[in-house]
Amino acid sequence: MKAWLAGVLGLALLAGATACGAQNEQFIPILSYRVGPYAAGGSGYFGGAIDYFTLVNMNGGINGVKLVWEECETEYNAARGVECYERLKTRHGGATTVDPLSTGIAYGLFERAANDKIPMTTNGYGLAISADGRVFPWVFPLGTTYWDQAAAMVAFLGQKVGGDANLKGKKIAFLYHDSAYGKEPIPVLDALAAQKGFELTKIALIPPGNTQESQWLQVRQLRPDYVILWGYGVMNPTALKTAAKFGFPRDHIIGVWWAGSEEDVIPAGDAAKGYITAAFSAHGTNFPVMQDIQKKVYGAGKGNLEDKARMGSIYHTRGVTYGIMIVEAIRTAQNKYGKGKVMTPEQVRWGLEHLDLSEARLKELGASGLFPPVKTSCLDHEGSGMVKFEQWDGKQFHNLTPFMAGDRALVRKMVEDGANKYASEKKISPRDCGKEG
Amino acid sequence: MLAALAAPKGGGAGGNGPPRGRPKAARAFVSFPRPGATDMLYREAGQFKTTYAADTAMFPILQDRIGFVALLLVAFVAVPILASPYLFSAILIPFLILSLAAIGLNILTGYAGQLSLGAAAFMAVGAFASYNFVLRIPGIPLLLAFAGGGVMAAAVGLVFGLPSLRIRGFYLAVATLAAQFFILWALTKIGWFTNYNASGVITAQQIVILGRAFDTPQEKYLLVLAIVTAMAFAAKNMGRGNIGRQWMAIRDMDVAAEVIGIRPMRAKLLAFAVSSFYCGVAGALFAYAYLGTVEPEAYNLDLSFRILFMIIIGGVGTVLGSFLGSAFIVILPIALNMLVTWLDGTLHLNVASSAASNVELMVFGGLIIFFLIVEPHGLARIWQIAKEKLRLWPFPH
Amino acid sequence: MVQFFFEVLIGGLLSGVMYSLVALGFVLIYKASGVFNFAQGSLVFFAALTFVGLQEHGFSFGLALLATLVVMVIVGLAIERMVLRPLVNQPPISLFMATIGLSFFIEGLAQLLWGANVRGLDLGLQDEPIQWINDTVGMNISKFDLAAAGIAAVLVTGLGLFFSRTRIGRALRAVADDHQAALAVGIPLQQIWGIVWAVAGFVALVTGMLWGARNGVQFALTFVALKALPVLILGGFESVQGAIVGGLIIGASEKLAEVFLGPYVGGGIEGWFPYVLALLFLLVRPEGLFGEKIIRRI
Repeated sequence: MKAWLAGVLGLALLAGATACGAQNEQFIPILSYRVGPYAAGGSGYFGGAIDYFTLVNMNGGINGVKLVWEECETEYNAARGVECYERLKTRHGGATTVDPLSTGIAYGLFERAANDKIPMTTNGYGLAISADGRVFPWVFPLGTTYWDQAAAMVAFLGQKVGGDANLKGKKIAFLYHDSAYGKEPIPVLDALAAQKGFELTKIALIPPGNTQESQWLQVRQLRPDYVILWGYGVMNPTALKTAAKFGFPRDHIIGVWWAGSEEDVIPAGDAAKGYITAAFSAHGTNFPVMQDIQKKVYGAGKGNLEDKARMGSIYHTRGVTYGIMIVEAIRTAQNKYGKGKVMTPEQVRWGLEHLDLSEARLKELGASGLFPPVKTSCLDHEGSGMVKFEQWDGKQFHNLTPFMAGDRALVRKMVEDGANKYASEKKISPRDCGKEG
Repeated sequence: MLAALAAPKGGGAGGNGPPRGRPKAARAFVSFPRPGATDMLYREAGQFKTTYAADTAMFPILQDRIGFVALLLVAFVAVPILASPYLFSAILIPFLILSLAAIGLNILTGYAGQLSLGAAAFMAVGAFASYNFVLRIPGIPLLLAFAGGGVMAAAVGLVFGLPSLRIRGFYLAVATLAAQFFILWALTKIGWFTNYNASGVITAQQIVILGRAFDTPQEKYLLVLAIVTAMAFAAKNMGRGNIGRQWMAIRDMDVAAEVIGIRPMRAKLLAFAVSSFYCGVAGALFAYAYLGTVEPEAYNLDLSFRILFMIIIGGVGTVLGSFLGSAFIVILPIALNMLVTWLDGTLHLNVASSAASNVELMVFGGLIIFFLIVEPHGLARIWQIAKEKLRLWPFPH
Repeated sequence: MVQFFFEVLIGGLLSGVMYSLVALGFVLIYKASGVFNFAQGSLVFFAALTFVGLQEHGFSFGLALLATLVVMVIVGLAIERMVLRPLVNQPPISLFMATIGLSFFIEGLAQLLWGANVRGLDLGLQDEPIQWINDTVGMNISKFDLAAAGIAAVLVTGLGLFFSRTRIGRALRAVADDHQAALAVGIPLQQIWGIVWAVAGFVALVTGMLWGARNGVQFALTFVALKALPVLILGGFESVQGAIVGGLIIGASEKLAEVFLGPYVGGGIEGWFPYVLALLFLLVRPEGLFGEKIIRRI
């Protein structure tokens, strides 16, 4: 066994020696998953991120600093994710920032990344209370957290019934993936149910979600006005098909953004028509940045997606969104700490905390309309809190609403309460945002 | 050439009763000439014992004893000094923890012959129980909490082991899956286990033993190593003792075992209990010293299968096999990943990342089949054969 | 309320039929060669993926079906030849582990060849409630489910006839009964095993198409194997009727439990209920309903 280890170490050293060449590089480890039940989403998302990084490098890098990345297969497994993180965090001069795209892995990395002083982004997932930067200085749930999304969904439903007041007395069924991910929005939904007067029934869908007859039979008995679907993977098309089987109208099903991609609706075929989903980024190739990627990156044969038809799909653009946010954070850091220099993780953390992707800046990047403006601060690591709603018509998703937010004040209060509770449990003293820059 | 017998040094000559003091093994040496050589090469003809105590020693062969002490020295002294933090956190600690779980499963499946697919669930019980002990009993020593976690796991294992009195073979294996799914469901659903934690992130508490915090990977490694070594010794001794022999009798032919007076209920339930204790402690260590979080999803069916792989590939029914199997299963995916990355980098094959991941999966599956075909008794048997050959070299037998 | 109960019951029975289909694949192989083939789930996935993959490349429905059938037969024969034959006298657990290793291999191969995209499978059967049933008794029973039940019935009858009326079927039963005795009367063991694996491949194809049409062809299809295990315990590992009866019982009880008992305990009991039920059942009948009684001799 020791010989094995020595051989492997030797290989690793060799690999490090040959691969690590130039020093003027910013290293981003990519903890990806391309096998297993979520491979379809994973390959799209990480493909999008890598495509954007390639584009940035083609355009000269960030003020001359090129991006370098390395992938490590996590298979969406917490232990492997931790191992990948540990392996990659010292390569190529040190990891700058990490985003594992998995709640389980993110939980495993929370304290590790904080100890190693490497900022972790949980773009559109993760722990909602980590939006409070005073307690979680090293975690950034960029864009919108699950709590804000749930609040926005309720606001959208309020719009659909003709005003929030009409929500009183309505029945909403919440079908959720029976895991930490699925249970995350429950506190907000409960709070809003109490406030607005609608009846919330929670029904657990058992992972992986291959058979859902019992749950949808319960829905049928309940006859709710709306169903909020909070699933992942095969759970989503199965939900839509089973809903069709029992005659529940799909245009009364609102899905979370991990339940609203082409991979979720296409297998359900006709059963998915009319299904509404939330999204924190737009899709399609109509954006200048996406067209740049198509021309420059895929034109040169360096595109990461194996199936070019997936360009512009929801997961792909989501990955590009992540790429843009990270690159802009590094650029923001460089503006303060020195343009053209390689940024340390602490400096990138500062950049992530002072991200100001305004509408104007998005236009400069060619991403106007791709995602809503993001402005983070020490207090608010989330930055946006907005979602938009789209509907599937059998061939593609159509916009139903512009980017909108729900009751952010209520959510923010719950975030701060939750963060304070976390801080007292872990004996962390929250930072004083007034004192820092 | 004639064999020359070397007289045992020291020890009992004369007729004053059994030899006192440390018994020495007699060694015989065989020599043979090499063509054209003028000196003799001495090979041992065996290490013969003169006392019962020596005969029943855990490592009867001198080389084994020396090797084992050397291994312990390396593990306790050299590795903490030389290894990098990555090696600790990502390879050595999971290797040791999963070896412990594999020993647990080996006791159940290897010694007692009860096929079980629920090892990860018992690990989960151990982890959650330890967490709750530390949470609700302030000031409890952490090692006691780990042991408590193990005891809770043993209790649960006892309950799910009851069917083994009626069911055997693959039916039992599938029945243990009931344990796997039910336990994970209960841990997710019953809020008391997770202290009604709304956020779902239960971070394992800091490891503090006798006032000293074990924070760095090095310290965690030493702690895990100490626990695993102690428990591995215990397991080996159990296997060599009365209870181990009872288990093996049950495994080989339980009807006959019952006929000669071994009580199958007692033996089987004890196997389940001890095995689950080991898995429970391993689970607690997995949460505290490796992942840092206590969540049910980390103890899923996939982990159960991995532990089963470890004991099959390592060698069923041997403690060494648990370690070898664990090393294989822990290191193989990482090595494959590194190999593919390195090949991609140096040979510039530009392998698509998805293809690389899929090839890793295929190679993993293929290697398992390969090992099963080539050496069904596992790596431990290969090591045993190697040892024998080395002792006899250059003789073939 | 009574009507709802019947709706749940019928829904459960129909979904149980889908489980039986998966269990059939296991039963075939266990019956003939005593191997618990964990790779059946991956074979189902592989079959479905090959089918839709070929369709994407322009094959027509019928042609893709035929081609996939050929592929599955070849895969079955290859598995028997390369994995099982070298392991012929090993203890059952080694064979079981080998099939788990095989399942990883096939999953990786399937996604390597056809990619990880999720695809839909259109069989022309809509998963919608039959309108006139809905109108008359107010229950939602899906066309697809009934068709699947019909296909399963045909398959089971066909297999039953195959086993009892044909020469090869008799040989299979002889091999299942006692390998040595079968060899003694001159039955070519290797050929029989090859045929069994090929038939299992065919069953995997049918299963793959039905489940794929229902859930979409994606990696999670491999998890259907886990749904079939309680069916196997209940019905017995070696019995085709056991697979059907077991499937119906498991399907019905699972749904009834989830709908009527689930809300009291927070839901989600469907994951473990069939296993616990089968376990309790085994305490009464240790070999399953129709399984062969294991006679232990010294």
